[in-house]
Amino acid sequence: MSTATAAPTAPAKQSGGFTGKAANYLDERTSISGAVKEFGRKIFPDHWSFLLGEVALYSFVVILLSGTFLTFFFDAAMTHTTYEGSYAPMNGVHMSAAMASTLDISFDIRGGLLMRQVHHWAALLFVASIGLHMLRVFFTGAFRKPREINWVIGFVLFVLAMAEGFTGYSLPDDLLSGNGLRIIDGMIKSFPLVGTWISFLLFGGEFPGEDIVGRLYSLHIMILPALVIVFIALHLMFLIVHKHTQYPGPGRTEENVVGFPILPVYAAKAGGFFFIVFGVIMACATFFQINPIWNYGPYDPSPVSAGTQPDWYIGFADGMLRLAPPHLEFVWLDRTWSFGILLPVIILGLFIVTVLIYPFIEAWVSGDKREHHLLDRPRNAPTRTAIGAAGVTFYAVMWAAASSDLIATHFRVTMEGVIHTLQALLFLGPVIAYFVTKRICLGLQKKDREIALHGYETGRIVRLPGGEYIEVHEQVSDYERWELVSYKDNAPVMLRPNAQGKITGSMRLRAAMSRWFFEDRIAPVTQNELDQSHGDDEHH
Amino acid sequence: MSRKTSRPAAGKSRRTGRRSPAAAAALIAVGLLFTGGAYAAVSATTANAQPAPAAASQSNVEDGKKLFQANCATCHGLNAQGTSDGPSLIGVGAAAVDFQVGTGRMPMQGHGPQAQKKPVQFTQEQINQLAVYVGSTAPGPSIPDAKYLDADGDAAHGAELFRINCAMCHNVAGAGGALTEGKFAPSLVGVTPAHIYEAMITGPQNMPVFNDMNISPEGKRDIITALKYQEKIGNPGGIGLGSLGPVAEGLFIWIFGLGAVVALTVWITAKSN
Repeated sequence: MSTATAAPTAPAKQSGGFTGKAANYLDERTSISGAVKEFGRKIFPDHWSFLLGEVALYSFVVILLSGTFLTFFFDAAMTHTTYEGSYAPMNGVHMSAAMASTLDISFDIRGGLLMRQVHHWAALLFVASIGLHMLRVFFTGAFRKPREINWVIGFVLFVLAMAEGFTGYSLPDDLLSGNGLRIIDGMIKSFPLVGTWISFLLFGGEFPGEDIVGRLYSLHIMILPALVIVFIALHLMFLIVHKHTQYPGPGRTEENVVGFPILPVYAAKAGGFFFIVFGVIMACATFFQINPIWNYGPYDPSPVSAGTQPDWYIGFADGMLRLAPPHLEFVWLDRTWSFGILLPVIILGLFIVTVLIYPFIEAWVSGDKREHHLLDRPRNAPTRTAIGAAGVTFYAVMWAAASSDLIATHFRVTMEGVIHTLQALLFLGPVIAYFVTKRICLGLQKKDREIALHGYETGRIVRLPGGEYIEVHEQVSDYERWELVSYKDNAPVMLRPNAQGKITGSMRLRAAMSRWFFEDRIAPVTQNELDQSHGDDEHH
Repeated sequence: MSRKTSRPAAGKSRRTGRRSPAAAAALIAVGLLFTGGAYAAVSATTANAQPAPAAASQSNVEDGKKLFQANCATCHGLNAQGTSDGPSLIGVGAAAVDFQVGTGRMPMQGHGPQAQKKPVQFTQEQINQLAVYVGSTAPGPSIPDAKYLDADGDAAHGAELFRINCAMCHNVAGAGGALTEGKFAPSLVGVTPAHIYEAMITGPQNMPVFNDMNISPEGKRDIITALKYQEKIGNPGGIGLGSLGPVAEGLFIWIFGLGAVVALTVWITAKSN
């Protein structure tokens, strides 16, 4: 019996109860105590924003559970059939087996509609929580060395989640999903030379064909989930290897992690949290309808409904297509070049790649080779925070454009006005957001500096014996001050000749980028300044 | 029946000056009675709208002309021939008048991308008189026969026709949608069968005309059936979020779904006091 078994079993061992015997039995046969010792004592810091990735993980578990239920009844075939189920307005309507079985799941299988709604709401929450988790990681600088690779893995997970979502959205073969596939088909066909070939390969002939649902189904339930699971495993493995990051604070250093051990505290909290997330999803699915395919009817290439949009996570791509100006097609080399579609696709690709490689860009610009386990407060990295705000604005404009028609009807404005405004905002919005955010960050840093040096203004005015009036400042405690002053400062890199005594173009570029990143900065308060200001205050 | 018997009870309690425990219930019953009565009266008038054009007597035409000249002629001309401010109404038919005036779109409140729905300005009798007068100027689509408005046709066929012909502007669930230059296709929820039918045959505002060669009267009946069926069964999956599709669903999950989850993460990691 190892002494290193988990804490809860320790008292049981002494009393020789069932738990102790069971633990001993297991340990003698599996040597599990080594693993429990290794993982059970892992420390996780406690902060609400560290749970967002867990939300994604738990909603993925809910997706797997509800999805498995759906596979029992879903028929991923495009064979023609006539609906004979209990939803009257579809009775006798010709449709594919996929659509008919989805209607059966919704109306004729006990619990089927609830499971469909659980699956769909959980999918929306899955991608949303990944998005929020990524924003947290970005704005706190958690992607810095040694976690750049894990950022890439997480980003691949985000893309996989979108692919999972889109393939799932396309499976019921209803009008909405068919329209979505038609747009994807158009985007693929816009690629020069290979587009049409790829489209025919994917759809097994001319769109829509009779193969696509079966193929998407294989992707949706086998290949993509397997990839998601592999990447989640990698993501978590790296999380354990690197240890969790933590916010700066007294007693927290680059060498330690302050928080709770996995066993028993964190495992209990996380286990409970899983059921909370499950509960929120169940509540959504119980009370709120999602994707009423019975309204949309079977796919038919001719009708397109007003208000046809993809699920939210594909919205930015749809919006980018809507923002492309008209008349960008031309004929060259006897080929039609559809830049009205190709241009948005290129912009989307560039945007995605920029997000993917951002950690490497910042590492190169800063020349920072140190390991970072303490997070940045967003204000202490003004340029990064400003770039993030610009990126969020760019994404948000594209996202808003996907609902341009609903904005027009619900805010009583013209659709053209909405589109033109958003076209302008696509360029101006990020610039405005960049400068405003950077100024706010610098302002907050100045405020922090002021508070660290002189304390809070109390509003209490005191008249000194000599007749002088002063406002009494109250010093912050040493713990509070530590949070205000303990951040690392990055200065622009110096442009120095290399070993050959030359200054290359890339070095110039790097120096210029570094100036842009770190020129405007508020240096952290030094001990010297603190000592001086304290003497100053006593004098006051 | 029980509602009527409860009325005296309410009166008695008022006379004694004390509020009996039954008073609230009685009050609600009275309220329901009036609302129900009013509703019955309204639906009765809509139902009565059909035989009215048959009574296209000379006096109705005269009364309609007077109403027209007093309320419509400023824009549409004294003889409905149109002016620079409004189109000619010769040949638009009684159905157009019943739709435009019956939904409150006419008389128009102000110039804009399109005439807006608003509270109806005339009684159903006056609307009928106006319709008879305008219908008498030249042949045009007349107010539809009641047999097409019973919403008892083939809902499956109607839903298919609706998806092919109507959904691109009105949305598959009839929730409405945007058009160009600030115009829009309105929501069809709660629109009476007669007005739906009239809209199809007259093409009000920016709507195209769906004449009988395009969609047969039986087809129109099926469309009305499908819309009314959808209204009747509501949303089988729960609260419909406006039937606006993925945009509403996305906003919901970000604001309420993720909002709730973030609130719970804060709660879970809160330090105990």
